[in-house]
Amino acid sequence: MPQPPASPTRDPLRVALFVTCLVDMFRPSVGFATLKLLEENGCAVDVPTAQTCCGQPAYNSGDRATARRIARQVIEAFEGYDHVVAPSGSCAGTIVKDYPAMFEDEPVWRARAEALAARTHEIVSFLTDVLKVTAVDAAFPATVTYHDSCSNLRHMGVKGQPRALLASVKGLTLTEMKDTEVCCGFGGTFCVKYPDISNKMVTDKAANIAATGAAVVLAGELGCLLNISGKLSRNGEPIAARHVVEVLAGMADGPAIMPETQR
Amino acid sequence: MSIHTPTTRQFKANATAAMADANIQHAMRSTGTGFVGKRASARAALPEFDALRDAARDMKNHVLSHLDLYLAQYEAKVVENGGHVHWAETAQDAREIVLDICRKAQTKQVNKGKTMISEEIGLNEYLEANGIRPHETDLGEYIIQLRGETPSHIIAPAIHVTVPEIDKLFRETHTHLDPNRDLSDLATMLAEARAVLRAKYFDAQVGVTGANMLIVETGQSVIVTNEGNGDLSQSIPKVHIVLASLEKIVPTLDDAATVLRVLARSATGQEMAVYNTFSSGPRRPEDPDGPEEYHVILLDNGRTGMLGTHFQDMLRCIRCGACMNHCPVYQAVGGHAYGWVYPGPMGAVLTPSLIGVEEGGQLPNASTFCGRCEEVCPMRIPLPGMMRHWREREFERHLYPKTVRWGLKGWALFAERPALYRLATRIAVAGMSLFGRKRGKFTSLPLAGGWTKWRDFPAPQGGTFMQQIKARGR
Repeated sequence: MPQPPASPTRDPLRVALFVTCLVDMFRPSVGFATLKLLEENGCAVDVPTAQTCCGQPAYNSGDRATARRIARQVIEAFEGYDHVVAPSGSCAGTIVKDYPAMFEDEPVWRARAEALAARTHEIVSFLTDVLKVTAVDAAFPATVTYHDSCSNLRHMGVKGQPRALLASVKGLTLTEMKDTEVCCGFGGTFCVKYPDISNKMVTDKAANIAATGAAVVLAGELGCLLNISGKLSRNGEPIAARHVVEVLAGMADGPAIMPETQR
Repeated sequence: MSIHTPTTRQFKANATAAMADANIQHAMRSTGTGFVGKRASARAALPEFDALRDAARDMKNHVLSHLDLYLAQYEAKVVENGGHVHWAETAQDAREIVLDICRKAQTKQVNKGKTMISEEIGLNEYLEANGIRPHETDLGEYIIQLRGETPSHIIAPAIHVTVPEIDKLFRETHTHLDPNRDLSDLATMLAEARAVLRAKYFDAQVGVTGANMLIVETGQSVIVTNEGNGDLSQSIPKVHIVLASLEKIVPTLDDAATVLRVLARSATGQEMAVYNTFSSGPRRPEDPDGPEEYHVILLDNGRTGMLGTHFQDMLRCIRCGACMNHCPVYQAVGGHAYGWVYPGPMGAVLTPSLIGVEEGGQLPNASTFCGRCEEVCPMRIPLPGMMRHWREREFERHLYPKTVRWGLKGWALFAERPALYRLATRIAVAGMSLFGRKRGKFTSLPLAGGWTKWRDFPAPQGGTFMQQIKARGR
């Protein structure tokens, strides 16, 4: 059930939604599902228009100068809110883990980066850990499996939170896959720079997903989901891929990422 | 030294070939996964495991901050024990020192325990070129020496070789044995190799081992093995040479114990390796056995250049192999694809440090930054972060192809201008939606051939989020 804010007399939390570049372009429904979950749980949500990307592609490609310029842009657009929330542990992780490190030699920006990092969250763990949500009002009658995206798991500590909330979804059965904590091979630019290795990794991932017999694979990261659904589609596997917030928000009635993989 | 010529620049081609090699893939599948589960069990059984990792990291950081002082103290202690310390700035220096000791000992054969430094300096080829026959006595090293290969894993050098390949190799090599003998199980193969190797221990005047640690307090070198071959290699010949890189220093026996408690658990999931051998120097008059001479060769080979840089943390590495056991890229392509001595995540950081980023720069790029290596590293080395530092060096020095640099520039042009970005993404999404509308996916895409070679790409839902949220008046 949607939870009321902790105290009815307190002003609602002012939350800025960082929608992320992949969701913005390829699957806006993930952004709207995130928005719905935040608002249902008492947050006043803003979508700052000055957002583009967190800068991770530049940072991970060794272009520190560009990454820092984009980081400054994000810091300026997002400071001043109680919290910043993204439907991605990878982008949130860049703000939380990498921004402070980017400004190791600039004390003023470092302080601003650390202040932002301390208020930035991945959506599912924000619901459970900050808003203390223990259940959602949603139904999804299907057997699903959940892929632990690397950044969600290892940078943002997201493991039990999505499983706890999925347990409250009516009709949903979660079947764990083998090696769910192993990378799917997306890795940002890795998948196009090293396509053959990436393919080997996503082939293993797709096989582990198929072995569960689940009709749907969920994850908290659109990058992984594009990669995984792309492989499942190419293999002709009838397994749909969705972002976990679509299910948690009760907004999983639209087409899956690869519509033809839906059973 | 042809087999030590790096092929790191051809990493991609090496990797593709390895993934198409049924033997390598079979060997990686059958052996690769055991270590992960065993480490997890060992960790679960020791509540203070993570605290020990912190202690080991802190100890090694302290050593690296005072490495010069500790090395001087260590040398004094070895000399006090009757041993000799040789300083080798380069691989060539180290090779020459070994050869010089061998010539003085008038040996034509050298027995070797497993040592990665020997691989790093290409010792075997050098000795052979100078008329000295090296005998590898570790089973895995023996197998790859017979095959004319380098190790593909730092603790399991023959991990890429299948059992049928070993069967064939032994029949071709051990021609003095009955050709119809039964070699069907691993224990029989092990017994055969052991019998063949055992005969060689008494022919050499010099034994070479590596060192997992060098202890300042006692002047001892430590080797950690599971076969006992290292002990025989170093205690039977008249001369024992320890080949070690100079960051192997630990201050005290207690510190050595801290490392031992995390080392085997991280490597193989054992609480302790079968043999943990501490060598204190040459045989004393009251000792029943041991070498007459004890030499330690301290190799730098670029390591002091890492001190005080972003790569100093790499010098904490204790060579357990946990990073490669847990690395999905290593598990996909195997160790040889990395093209030099050290594979996997630790190799991706260390190799550019030792042979240059121009030569080894491919390796730190071949990572998804999944972070599993850092998660399991007993010394808490921030491996992905250091790979990123290498990428920064490559970017600064324009070592990336023009397409990559211009691609980044083009993308940044939009990403740094939010209004322009919103417009450009709207147009791009509208275009993709139009072309992808019919099938809901793309099976080929310009500029993304690496993606669509192996997977489909979904058509966008239609309209960017920012465009839609604005339309809703927010």
